[in-house]
Amino acid sequence: MNVILPSSVSEACEMLAACAGAIPIAGGTDLLVHWPEAHDLQHETFIDLSGLEELKPLRWTDSELILGGLTTYWDVISDSRAGEELPLLVDAARQVGAVQIQTRGTWAGNIANASPAADGVPVLMAYDASLVLTSIEGDEELPLSDFYLGYKRMRRRPDQLITAIRVPRRPYAFQVFEKVGSRQAQAITKVGCAVTAFDGEWRVVANSVAPTVRRCPSIEAVLMEGEPVRGPDDLMTAIHKDVSAIDDIRSTAEYRERVLARLLYYDLRDVCPGFE
Amino acid sequence: MSDHPKSDASTLSISFVLNGEPVTIETDPSQRLLDALRYQLGLPGSKEGCAEGECGACTVYVDGLPAVSCLVPIYQVRNRHVETIESIDPGRLDPLLRSGATQCGACTPGVVMTAVWILDHPETLEAHTVRELMAGNLCRCTGYDGIVEGIERALAERTRGAARDPVADSSTGSTQAASGD
Amino acid sequence: MKRREGLAKLTGREQYVDDLPVDNCLWGVTVRSPAPRGRIAEIRFDPSIDWSQFVIVDHQGIPGRNCILLMEEDQPALAPGYVRHRHEPVLLLAHSSRAAARRAASLVEIVVEPDPPIFDPLAAPTPEQIQYGTDNVFKRLEIDKGDVERALAEAPIVVEGVYRTGAQEHVYIEPQGMLAYTDADVLVIEGSMQCPFYIEKALLPLLDRSREALRVVQRATGGGFGGKEEYPSMLAAHAALLALESGRPVKMVYDRSEDMAATTKRHPSIVSHRTGLDEAGRLLAQDIEVVLDGGAYITLSPVVLSRSVIHAAGPYACDNVRIMGRCMFTNSVPYGAFRGFGNPQGAFGVERHMDVIAHRLGMDPVELRRRNLIRDGQTTSTGQLISDGADRIAVLERALELSGYREKREERSLEPDPVLRRGIGVATIYHGAGFTGAGEVHLDSVVHVAGLPDGCLEVRTSCVEMGQGTTTVFTQLAAGRLGLDASDVAVPAPDTHVVPDSGPTVASRTAMIVGGLVEGACDDLRRRLGLRDGAKGQEVKDAIVAWYRNAGQDADENGRRELIGEARYQAPPGIEWDDDTYKGDAYGAFAWSTHVAEVEVDLRTYGIRVRDYVAVQDVGRVLNDTLARGQIQGGVAQGLGWALMEDCVLRDGAMQNTQLTDYVIPTSGDLPPIRVAFMQTPYPHGAQGAKGLGELPFNGPAPAVLNAVADALGVEPTVVPLTPERLMELLNDV
Repeated sequence: MNVILPSSVSEACEMLAACAGAIPIAGGTDLLVHWPEAHDLQHETFIDLSGLEELKPLRWTDSELILGGLTTYWDVISDSRAGEELPLLVDAARQVGAVQIQTRGTWAGNIANASPAADGVPVLMAYDASLVLTSIEGDEELPLSDFYLGYKRMRRRPDQLITAIRVPRRPYAFQVFEKVGSRQAQAITKVGCAVTAFDGEWRVVANSVAPTVRRCPSIEAVLMEGEPVRGPDDLMTAIHKDVSAIDDIRSTAEYRERVLARLLYYDLRDVCPGFE
Repeated sequence: MSDHPKSDASTLSISFVLNGEPVTIETDPSQRLLDALRYQLGLPGSKEGCAEGECGACTVYVDGLPAVSCLVPIYQVRNRHVETIESIDPGRLDPLLRSGATQCGACTPGVVMTAVWILDHPETLEAHTVRELMAGNLCRCTGYDGIVEGIERALAERTRGAARDPVADSSTGSTQAASGD
Repeated sequence: MKRREGLAKLTGREQYVDDLPVDNCLWGVTVRSPAPRGRIAEIRFDPSIDWSQFVIVDHQGIPGRNCILLMEEDQPALAPGYVRHRHEPVLLLAHSSRAAARRAASLVEIVVEPDPPIFDPLAAPTPEQIQYGTDNVFKRLEIDKGDVERALAEAPIVVEGVYRTGAQEHVYIEPQGMLAYTDADVLVIEGSMQCPFYIEKALLPLLDRSREALRVVQRATGGGFGGKEEYPSMLAAHAALLALESGRPVKMVYDRSEDMAATTKRHPSIVSHRTGLDEAGRLLAQDIEVVLDGGAYITLSPVVLSRSVIHAAGPYACDNVRIMGRCMFTNSVPYGAFRGFGNPQGAFGVERHMDVIAHRLGMDPVELRRRNLIRDGQTTSTGQLISDGADRIAVLERALELSGYREKREERSLEPDPVLRRGIGVATIYHGAGFTGAGEVHLDSVVHVAGLPDGCLEVRTSCVEMGQGTTTVFTQLAAGRLGLDASDVAVPAPDTHVVPDSGPTVASRTAMIVGGLVEGACDDLRRRLGLRDGAKGQEVKDAIVAWYRNAGQDADENGRRELIGEARYQAPPGIEWDDDTYKGDAYGAFAWSTHVAEVEVDLRTYGIRVRDYVAVQDVGRVLNDTLARGQIQGGVAQGLGWALMEDCVLRDGAMQNTQLTDYVIPTSGDLPPIRVAFMQTPYPHGAQGAKGLGELPFNGPAPAVLNAVADALGVEPTVVPLTPERLMELLNDV
């Protein structure tokens, strides 16, 4: 196994451009799982980002919260402003693993790992976050909602690093994050969603019900158009258009879809005009 | 790229501060921090219960924050401070002993690391419960009551001890409070 | 008294087998069957690595008989050309690098020519599927009391129900681990275990060795729960074979995935009830069938079945009881010992069924129990007369009072929430401590208490400390008996060349039975010293020191000059058991308990959270409050996991979710404080009046929680674990 230890982002980008197939590693909380049995990974080349101090800070500007490429869940949990202004980030972060994971795992890593069950991604997507992808060719900015192409496929070229996540600061009229796992902590999400409303625009993002975390345009349309919803079942048509849940060892497709409908119905019943 | 540090499978020199002492080890870069601690540095107190960051038995502090050492590649601790169960002052653990926080002991080093971190950072309890903060340490023996009670006792005893501190010769008082029953 | 080894554990100084530094050590790994049944056609070694660097052992490298001897000789240590379950060990490899050994194991391919497997213990096997006896039945048992058919025919009310429970993984936090090495002519086994003499029994014929040439030493054991009762014999056999083959020390430590995939689990069960009652809810007849899935080898299944059927009728008085039990062979990874040992399956059936009956009768489930709870002077299903003076109604009442059962039932009906529903449920449970029937007599347990030249004591038993508190309790008992300080008493970990066989560390027998022998051995020591009965403290110490000064003492048969007090098990008077008819006194003592669970069901997610939990029990005298409370709380926590979330997803008879991310056990965030209270009716034949308590609490949570869910939602769940997915299906069906 090889590991490259760059001392700056530009060095890291050079290495990434020079070493085809090299794997950037940030917190390591996904890559290191079952490491002793990961015989194939042990022959790869890793580029360790953990020493790149320039990627660490979390910054507030007048219009944005900017998470660095190495900002951890714990960094956000510990930031008092995050809890007040963008509380879903804190809600989600607190439900990732447990403290020992929250202190190491990074938001950018969560995005780049591209798990359909990622907990950090739905809230960022519901907040209209965008990504800054950096390579030797420069920076590229991309909405997170356009980032995923399919299961574990994304618009990150192998030579690009996620160096920042930009989250707009807005006064949301409504926001909620729901995570359903097999237990209260340390759980992989079986079904989850993040919903926000700002200036009449709804965002509904679901995880663990499709090959990627994704926005749900049909459900958003139901909310935006104020269609009548008399119970969870009235959301099923839109849910079936938007997601494609599967049976696996953690849950069933039926459970995932029905619970998604129920979470949305009961969370939105009192705030959404068409809901009864 | 020749001037960038790069390792091959056999050689990586990693310097860090371990339990307050600077150390440098020559290591295989595929080692995890847990492997290095247990099998190279002679510190087997941190346990491997799952190798996937789930059980917390390998909890250590990296730069003062709890981390599962089974998910930390050894190269990521270069220039950092690592503290293990071996650095914990046994004198602080009596409340946990009295409350029944340990039974089989396999999860215990990790439990103690998180528990002591909570005791050292009581401000985290403003936003979190003890049970939430301990959720990263699986215990199969105690049902967690002995652990949670031990932490609460230690917090309470320290509060009592601190309240007495202004009084002359406070050390005797707080010692008695800590060793009562 | 504080846990004696507690500070060593809290500071991480306690050394488990994986922590021991061993020079020149090899790491052993196991290559396992990929298929559930068939002939091993070929073993392919990937040519990309140099196999000459590895020590390799297969079944032909076994010096003696290829079996892990326990109850029968059916289970090979290494498959002799044929496999009967997935993950059955076929080949062993060892290498000085753990990583190299692991990687190599993934590069051996076992090619199996399949034969038809069977996985469903209820399915009638086809002739090709028969692999044990003539019908795949490992064991049948029947209990008959009164005339069930007639009583059922005459009963005005008959209620039926079928209840199922799934497999459960122990998840001791320290995975299985063993070290083997030779010391001169002696093969030494050290590791994580509950039963050092089980390992001895298994390894002597396997390795064709004498007792003198095999020494088994327990190392700190990070949890067992039954999972380190029989399986360590397999792991010890493997480590021993590699050590003998290589001539070097060999360590084998499973990672979590292998441990979950390959080791024993709790037996899945199907329990059927047909119950006759009168209008007042009095039990007239209980007709019960218990079916256990035994897996591919017999392990301890007949004994598990025995405990299951004996407890299956619940702690109730009924004149007509028939319990038919059978344990079936399947091509699943063998099931084995797990805390409760068959009782939890039976208890879930009967206690869930009691609530189904109560709902049918329109009666408070508590009232139904109160009317039927066994009273002194009445008999159990095996005809055992209960006359222990324990007040089972008082235990029930105390639990109701502590939990606020009545108030909560009333409050809840006032304001139903559309999304969150609360319910409260009760389970009344019992557990016989010690081996069943004449089992303790057959064990013939012996305990030694040695006086040492400095006047201190050493308690020598084969009972291990695995977290439950053996070391502390034995210290208390010995020090208390002879009036010494705890620091004057040592309780070393068992070493089969030092300790006598005081039986396995199982069946909630350690404190009650072996603890009593510790006291008896102290008395014997005092007699040998010529001291009066009540002699204590310094007088005892002085006498021990004087004994060693006295040059006239003879060496014992081993040439040792040692002062030893000895005690041997004697059954309490009046205990009668007939193993053929399954009638009589099944256990010397039962512990009695009532659990009350309060749950909150989230109808959005079908998630069930336990909001309050109360466990009240009469376990005789409590020897150490902190330890006893810890046993109850831990047993409840493990039972809550089984009740709600611990789901072994099986494919081809093997667990698929062999990771702690996918096989989930409760975290601190999942459990409420578990509130514990003891009522203490001393048991005259237990140490200081103690009865067994370690397994008792496991029996309550599954029925109490599912009864609470039934109360909350008005449905009748019948399957454990009641995952949200299962609850959704149940509600869909309503």
